[in-house]
Amino acid sequence: MIPELGQLSLALAFCLCGFVAFFGLAGAAWRRQRWLDALGSMVTGQFVFILLAYAALSQAFLADDFSVAYVANNSNSLLPWYYKMSAVWGAHEGSFLLWTLIMAGWTLAVALRGEHLPAAFAGRVLGVMGLLNMGFLAFLLWTSNPFERLVPMTPGEGADLNPLLQDFGLIVHPPMLYMGYVGFSVAFAFAIAALLTGRLDTAWARWSRPWSNVAWAFLTLGIALGSWWAYYELGWGGWWFWDPVENASFMPWLAGTALVHSLAVTEKRGTFKSWTLLLAITTFSLSLLGAFIVRSGVLTSVHAFAVDPTRGLFILGFLVLTVGGSLALYAARATVIRSPARYTLWSRETALLVNNILLVISMALVLLGTLYPLAYEAFTGGDKISVGVPYFNAGFVPLMLALALALGIAPVLQWKRTSPTRLWRDLRWPLAISVAAGLVLPLLISGALAWQVVAALTFGVWVLVSHLWDLLFRARRGLGRVTLGYWGMLAAHLGFAVALFGISLTSVLSVEKDQRMSPGDRDTLGEMGVLFEGVGNRSGPNFVAQRGTFRIEDGNEVVFLYPEKRRYLARESVMTEAAIDAGLFRDIYISLGEPLENGAWAVRLQLKPFVRWIWLGGLLMAFGGVLAVSDARYRRLRRSVPVGTTVADAA
Amino acid sequence: MNPKRRNRLLIVLFLVAGSAATLALVLVALNDNLNLFYPPDQVVGGEAPVNTPMRAGGMVLDGSVARADDGLGVTFILTDYQGSAFTVAYSGILPDLFREGQGILVQGKLGADGVFQAREVLAKHDETYMPPELVDIARGGGP
Repeated sequence: MIPELGQLSLALAFCLCGFVAFFGLAGAAWRRQRWLDALGSMVTGQFVFILLAYAALSQAFLADDFSVAYVANNSNSLLPWYYKMSAVWGAHEGSFLLWTLIMAGWTLAVALRGEHLPAAFAGRVLGVMGLLNMGFLAFLLWTSNPFERLVPMTPGEGADLNPLLQDFGLIVHPPMLYMGYVGFSVAFAFAIAALLTGRLDTAWARWSRPWSNVAWAFLTLGIALGSWWAYYELGWGGWWFWDPVENASFMPWLAGTALVHSLAVTEKRGTFKSWTLLLAITTFSLSLLGAFIVRSGVLTSVHAFAVDPTRGLFILGFLVLTVGGSLALYAARATVIRSPARYTLWSRETALLVNNILLVISMALVLLGTLYPLAYEAFTGGDKISVGVPYFNAGFVPLMLALALALGIAPVLQWKRTSPTRLWRDLRWPLAISVAAGLVLPLLISGALAWQVVAALTFGVWVLVSHLWDLLFRARRGLGRVTLGYWGMLAAHLGFAVALFGISLTSVLSVEKDQRMSPGDRDTLGEMGVLFEGVGNRSGPNFVAQRGTFRIEDGNEVVFLYPEKRRYLARESVMTEAAIDAGLFRDIYISLGEPLENGAWAVRLQLKPFVRWIWLGGLLMAFGGVLAVSDARYRRLRRSVPVGTTVADAA
Repeated sequence: MNPKRRNRLLIVLFLVAGSAATLALVLVALNDNLNLFYPPDQVVGGEAPVNTPMRAGGMVLDGSVARADDGLGVTFILTDYQGSAFTVAYSGILPDLFREGQGILVQGKLGADGVFQAREVLAKHDETYMPPELVDIARGGGP
């Protein structure tokens, strides 16, 4: 009974989304104040009903209701309760239900926090978001119903959740990622509303900036968590594979990063207007493209969902409608935009322009590499092809270094113009320090001068020092005058530097060995000794495991590591559970490959210097994004603008 | 030319030169890293080039997996169950989902002796998921 109520709730939410779309867009166009006033309750309604549906599905998982096909395929009575809760988004249908729930949540947030917006503008924003969620719900109801029953063929036991997903990383990774993906729909809706209104001043940029920052912070966090999860759970010790599904989340991130910066220029200087609009549309379109790539199964990937052509077709159609519609609107309206460009070569505008160009090129590079196999197959009539990892690396290394170079100059640059003399005065010390550090640090860390490490450390320290230098300068005038927005920028930029350190040092200096080891065998890992003591048995709630014991001797310190080979009973599937001794400066990573004859095992031994810095950098970036939103001027913004003013007044 | 125009020209030139150089580099990198996929009948039939990086795939033939006595060398046979099969040599740890009868992708080079030297063996992380490259083979037809 409860699953049927869940499905009914979804259908009601679908209708409510239709109302929100109609009353929002039509109410704004025909100036019906009452229609616009009613939006709040309808938005609340759609959120409540999707939440009910979500609760119904969770209840089916907790109660082991295997008559629901989705539960039977993705749960098991032996599964611990917290994995039952997270199994709700462990496969296609449920994860898309979470997607629509988050979409409804963002819509509700806009309705609640957007009281400072002119009513007609808010109506259009909510209307666009309602239209989008209507599409998502239609997709859920007609192609991916999570409440479908298996009656009368109800199985007695569920097939269990994919063991890879029985993990803390999976509990938190998808919700964060979806918060980001879907969060960019807010910036998209603001852009569309601005285009519909036809008043393309800087107001919409000011309003959508905090939303874009928050969505970007969530996406950053989601990607970092996904990378961390892949690192410890897939058993390979890799943290990024340039897999199509990873690229699917990385492309909106790159475009979103460009958007966050471009919005700053539009808000503060009133320029880059049409470019910012285009970026807002692009970013959300890439989120949708990501959903298409992940859920249509057209590309080979480690974590694609099961292949279903109707689903792919639906999302493709939705994608074409959304992208086509918004670009057509953009083409029709953007011609009237006038962006007064009053800035010189050495100005913050130019630096942000360079930032945008580099990020968009990076995004295009990933897009090309990800979609090329599809295009190739279509044009050659079925020949299949894949793009190798070196392609992505070859493009990304120079682009990110160029980005770091520009980033180091950025804090010193002022709007409009900065004198080159002043630039030189403020930057010569950071420049000297970073060149020196780039030559000395690699020797201290690895005792050698690998050019990749020298380059990455020079550029990383360059970003670090020039920002701290600027902070020092500001601190002399009083730290109280430094705004939260500035602290946010600082944290995010330092995060970039930290991630740069982590990525380059791990990539170049890792020690990776695949060895055959018998109990009692010794090996070395860097300067450490590794002793394989043997393998014992252990059983968990829904699996049995063989557990290896490794003794690591690092000088006088001794660490024991216990990697496991697990066999999950319900699916008879085998999983590698790596053992990691984590540290700020290095990780020791050991996983069991497969058993060989005579008690020997294939063993993977890895020493990964500075690998934590990659995710630490991601955390810092996300933290910076949140910090910037907490800036006092956004609170002032909400308080100072009375309800009912027009777009022009608010600007 | 006034300074404002000159600056604008500089920026435009910088943009054009930068984009052109990037595009050229990207296309070269892409061209160098494309790996065509070959099913077993093309590998056996001589359509697949020798000593060129590529991808191949098929089902692991039952009873064909042989580990070396020392080290991590392993050989196995990939087949399409339609009469075409070839041997793959690999050194390293096989993925968890590697097993007999399973659809597998290998990345590497085909040797002149007809043995595929794999640098990477890919099995997918969900047993119900089939790589698009192998869907045609699994259905029992050629591509």
